[in-house]
Amino acid sequence: MAAPKKGRRSPGGQGRPGRVLALILIAMVALTGGMFASGHTTPRLGIDLAGGTSFTLEAKNQPGRPNAINATNMNTAVGIIERRVNGLGVTEAEVQTQGDNHIIVNIPKGTDAKQARQQVGTTAQLGFRPVLTATAGVKTPEPVPGATGKDKGDKGKQDEKNGDKSKDDKSTGATTKPSGAPSPTASAKPQGRPVTDALKADEADATPGASASGKPDAKKDDKKAPTPTPAPGGDAAALQKKLDALDCSTKEGRAKANEAAAASAPTDMIAACRKDGQVKEILGPVAVEGTNVSGASAVFDTQQGKGWLVQLKFDSAGAKKFAQVTGQLATKQSPQNQFAIVLDGEVVSDPSVSTSIGGGSAEISGGFTQQSASELANVLSYGALPLSFDVVNETTVTAALGGEQLRAGLVAGAIGLFLVIVYLVAYYRGLALVALASLAVSAILTYTIMVLLGPAIGFALNLPAVCGAIVAIGITADSFIVYFERIRDEIREGRTLRPAVERGWPRARRTILVSDFVSFLAAAVLFVVTVGKVQGFAFTLGLTTLLDVVVVFFFTKPLMTILARRKFFASGHPWSGLDPARLGVRPPLRASRRRSAPVDPKEA
Amino acid sequence: MSRLGNLGARLYRGEVGYDFVGKRKIWYGISILITITAIVGLAVRGLNMGIEFSGGAVFNTPPTSVSATQAQRTAEDTSGHAAVVQKLGNKTLRVQVSELTTEQSRKTQEALAKKLDVPVNKINTDIVGPSWGDQIAKKAWTGLGIFMILVVIYLAIAFEWRMAVAALVALIHDLTITVGVYALVGFEVTPGTVIGLLTILGYSLYDTVVVFDGLKESSKDITKQTRFTYSEIANRSLNGTLVRSINTTVVALLPVAGLLFIGGGFLGAGMLNDISLALFVGLAAGAYSSIFIATPLVADLKERDPQMKALTKRVRARRAADAAKAEAGDASANAAGEDEDVQDAAAGVVGQRGEDAGRSRGRGGRPSGKRR
Repeated sequence: MAAPKKGRRSPGGQGRPGRVLALILIAMVALTGGMFASGHTTPRLGIDLAGGTSFTLEAKNQPGRPNAINATNMNTAVGIIERRVNGLGVTEAEVQTQGDNHIIVNIPKGTDAKQARQQVGTTAQLGFRPVLTATAGVKTPEPVPGATGKDKGDKGKQDEKNGDKSKDDKSTGATTKPSGAPSPTASAKPQGRPVTDALKADEADATPGASASGKPDAKKDDKKAPTPTPAPGGDAAALQKKLDALDCSTKEGRAKANEAAAASAPTDMIAACRKDGQVKEILGPVAVEGTNVSGASAVFDTQQGKGWLVQLKFDSAGAKKFAQVTGQLATKQSPQNQFAIVLDGEVVSDPSVSTSIGGGSAEISGGFTQQSASELANVLSYGALPLSFDVVNETTVTAALGGEQLRAGLVAGAIGLFLVIVYLVAYYRGLALVALASLAVSAILTYTIMVLLGPAIGFALNLPAVCGAIVAIGITADSFIVYFERIRDEIREGRTLRPAVERGWPRARRTILVSDFVSFLAAAVLFVVTVGKVQGFAFTLGLTTLLDVVVVFFFTKPLMTILARRKFFASGHPWSGLDPARLGVRPPLRASRRRSAPVDPKEA
Repeated sequence: MSRLGNLGARLYRGEVGYDFVGKRKIWYGISILITITAIVGLAVRGLNMGIEFSGGAVFNTPPTSVSATQAQRTAEDTSGHAAVVQKLGNKTLRVQVSELTTEQSRKTQEALAKKLDVPVNKINTDIVGPSWGDQIAKKAWTGLGIFMILVVIYLAIAFEWRMAVAALVALIHDLTITVGVYALVGFEVTPGTVIGLLTILGYSLYDTVVVFDGLKESSKDITKQTRFTYSEIANRSLNGTLVRSINTTVVALLPVAGLLFIGGGFLGAGMLNDISLALFVGLAAGAYSSIFIATPLVADLKERDPQMKALTKRVRARRAADAAKAEAGDASANAAGEDEDVQDAAAGVVGQRGEDAGRSRGRGGRPSGKRR
């Protein structure tokens, strides 16, 4: 708004059109340059144009926990679903919230929709499992793990004799011992503050891939070998074999491992990979369910200099169980004093325990960065997420149909554009050139911005958005018509072209602003309120409406000002569309009256 | 074009013109009739809601040799619900089963894939849970409500409340007609239709706003003159912006027509078709209502304003006086007095220039193209 106002105040605004034009040309070049620099030259296509599968999930409150649908919970859920879908080995799957209570999952073509749906549709399983054994995450060559494997195998066989049934007895038996001792520690804590040094996250977990080396793992193995393992377990040997087969060092390997682990029941022991791929572990049955977590947050500890840590709270049942299991674990040696936080079959963290932790709250500390701490807190919160999700819409579009729809959209756009051009040329003749140039500028701006918005905010061009863009041709052209008709009106008043262009502008400008505002208002309301396809349409419509204003102000108007100086237009050539005779101007009869022609463009 | 240009000029000067405001009762009547038809149609026939609103699934198969009947049987056997199968061009089938749960839909999809002997992911599928359509519809209604409130506030500020009310009436009129057409013809209502309907909001008002803007400008200093009543000025302004209205409407309709042609003729059915059909009907209704309903309505409301009533009285008194004077043969005095008047009023009347006024008065002894 500032620029055109200035332009108006300067005498007739005629000194500046060149500069304004240069400005918009620079903007166009910059956008185009940015587009090529970003490496994307076509807009990201939505599922309906590129092919693929799209799910819409609707969040539902779990019974007894109303009002759980809020931005925080939804974002946590998005994070989790993203993990799962990408865990399938899908690249570029995108998960985003939409509206208040919907999550859209878009999976590009080439992925098994059924498998994806299973991942998306099932609820997340978070559990705390005791670590029984841990080894380096790679599918290790025979010598080293072979040895440990044998050890474990023996150990497993011994345990096998005890059988599955003794498992429960054993664990309870083990519990009673330590739980008496540590509980005073817990209650001794001043004000029940949930600070426990007891939990130390494995350093390797906090800085994935960096400090986690073979060394600690070897150490673990050393320690473990001599330890008489009280590991409960039926088919420990089979499990051990499975563990040996696991390859946690590659993404695919992990995905497979996670899938297998996630499929097993909470009461089974599992072999699982740690998230960073450095360690694989055999884990006991779920000791505490994720649903027992009532909250988790990442905090920065300034008082004791522990840096970033994760605080978590349990509900009463969870607190009891957690105290029990930590008490048990605290008496053991590494790695069996660790418990693993397992999300969908993947170990996201495996902190060790040195005392029983009672009171329903705990703290995991040690080598966290802000990011890793909040990630873990997120995962833990998901266990506490009182939401379940229903698939309310599922769309599968084959690449063939997607391409066809895209082509149809483009052809429709071309036809629409062609018709508009024909009409404009027929009616406005030379002026149509201005309209066409403006439409072209508008098209270039729209295209580049759409391309750039792809990587920037994840904008994807879908069919409704294409429709919006086509409909916008009309809106944009309407603005020119408003202005052209204004200019013609001024010429009918007997003015020559240059004053007509300048005097017509303020009024046309107001009309354009008011009507574009209404259009934009509609688009904005729709974008905010609605979901799904409607939103994509509203977005394009809003964008093009804004660009329409930009183009009319910074391109059409200055261009008109410049063209008004050209003889072709100024003299009213029959093909200019501004021929006074054709516009039905009567030669002024009484010159004295013209002086008093009082129309004064002082509004706006 | 030159004829059109000339027509534009004559419309602009008020030499020709249609008396929109004067004949408003006829157009009100027509609109009420259409609206009632639409409402009756809606009540009697109801809307043909697509599966997006009832829950169910649409499957588009790749080109296949399986016949429509076979596909229908497969779909019905698996789902236990009636299936509608259309054979589209290029040998593809469109299978539509309504009122399915998501689970049933998936089973049907798999059965169809098996029947056609293609992988499941080669079948284009749109599965909609029963609550999803409600969501879309509910959100659309919310959006509609919010938009109407905001736009009335905005128009009341930018123009005045009477125009806001008239614009709202016109908007509701357009929406009712569009929905009515859907009910009467039995087109299927899909999310695409909802998108189209919601777009009419912005567009129908775009037209109305363009007309109102002209009206506002011409009636700026209306109370300072005694030549024209508000209704007359409104009508004149309407005629003056008629070319603009027609052009903007045509240009807006052309791309939509392109969409409709391609969406309907090329793809058979789908999103493009749904959006453009609703838009086409709505835009046409919008152009009609902004000219024939909105502006006359503003004039009607305005004439109830005491100020405007006084103006109308003054105008009548003056005309009576002029007529008396003219009869008395005091023509020259009349011309002089009128000229001053025009200077006052000119700012308020679009393009009302001295010689125009003088000429038209000279020609006919009355404002051209006007009643009375």
